[in-house]
Amino acid sequence: MVCIPGMVASGGHENPGGPMSVRHSLLALLEEGPMYGYQLRAEFERRTGGTWPLNVGQVYSTLARLERDGLVEARGDDGEGHRMYAATPAGTAAVGEWFATPVARSQPARDELAIKLAVAVTVPGVDVGAMIQQQRSATMTALQEYTRLKARAAVDDPAELAWTLVLDSLVFAAESEIRWLDHCETRLRRAEIDRARRTPSSSVEPSSSVEPSSSVEPVETPGGAR
Amino acid sequence: MNAAGTAVLRLDDVHRVHGQAATEVQALRGVSLAVYPGELVAVMGPSGSGKSTLLTIAGGLDSPTSGTVCVEGRDLGGLDRAGRARLRRTSVGYVFQDFNLVPALTAAENAALPLELDGVRARAARGAALAALGELGIEELADRFPDQMSGGQQQRVAIARAVVGERRLVLADEPTGALDSETGEEVLRMLRARCDAGTAAVMVTHEARHAAWADRVVFLRDGVVVDESSPLPPTALLEPSLR
Repeated sequence: MVCIPGMVASGGHENPGGPMSVRHSLLALLEEGPMYGYQLRAEFERRTGGTWPLNVGQVYSTLARLERDGLVEARGDDGEGHRMYAATPAGTAAVGEWFATPVARSQPARDELAIKLAVAVTVPGVDVGAMIQQQRSATMTALQEYTRLKARAAVDDPAELAWTLVLDSLVFAAESEIRWLDHCETRLRRAEIDRARRTPSSSVEPSSSVEPSSSVEPVETPGGAR
Repeated sequence: MNAAGTAVLRLDDVHRVHGQAATEVQALRGVSLAVYPGELVAVMGPSGSGKSTLLTIAGGLDSPTSGTVCVEGRDLGGLDRAGRARLRRTSVGYVFQDFNLVPALTAAENAALPLELDGVRARAARGAALAALGELGIEELADRFPDQMSGGQQQRVAIARAVVGERRLVLADEPTGALDSETGEEVLRMLRARCDAGTAAVMVTHEARHAAWADRVVFLRDGVVVDESSPLPPTALLEPSLR
């Protein structure tokens, strides 16, 4: 459907949202009726706007594990050589449990930007103000792109609803990152002023260290779950 | 929409100093900005960064200490007070956080007001107001009074008032500030559609999610534009069919 840069790149080695969400999503899709691997992949990507692409090998290996665990069963082929899968009663129960259980937030996902900033404020000679501004610009650019995709989506088309909710999730994540960057900037400025007050020889005026410098690379835009 | 076209709004090296000597505050320090037809530009910055000053100067409600401001090619500094007031009425529309509709007037009368103040006859003004409401898809609100409308509806009427007639520059100060998230987004969608139809707009906001509807986002810090963000080239993002 749509390909958003930054996401594919950042999600290459690991499923954003974790493999558990793929496993349960595929299982849940089978509640609509038996499907084969390519169909499952297409349905998953239709609902998520292609935000987290799956390869078909991943779909079949997930199906194999679900079958091993007794959550799906093979239903022969559809007459065109496609192996069909259906959820077992245990599979249906597992889907119900998944929907009824909140997603855990216990272990913070590794956040490259937070790590980068934490390191930057402690390492001498880094223009943290410039780093924040560059990141804010980069994240704002991504946010503008998500918003353009949203503006194009037909608001009254129910088929688009699932995908626009995923887009909204990206929008809110980017917005929250920008707010967090604003917050960091404010705190750093305050710290700078406090430091200047403690050393009377220097100026109380905060140095305007927010001029962009080209030496800092913005972190790749967040790809949804981080 | 570039240097070749005529900017609807152009600020060149604008400085604005409030107060004198010890109490001097430099609200703007050398801001240059051009906004072209069809462009929505968002201005973001913390309080005290100069974004409200920028908007009042762009609308001719305040004058720069130095530098020039041109609206539709006319230098505001070269106009006397009456001339500036006239340009404000005929070329610039304003949208405020708290809507600022006249409570005793209906939506259509509110939208017609700028034209009537400019001497347009009542009937012609009402016709233009209804056209503006219609273009924004809210003609059914025409005969309602502000207290009979939700905040989102009032803000949409305020946008109709801002674009009524031939005005091509809209200046919006936190237009979504008093609205809930969903309603704010609908108002932004409408402003975006107006700009896609050729209006130029500058919007001050502190909400990144709303600024993201703009073509460009200008970041102000301490009266200086520190950065601008524009979308990536669309080819980098979308399948051709969506473009």
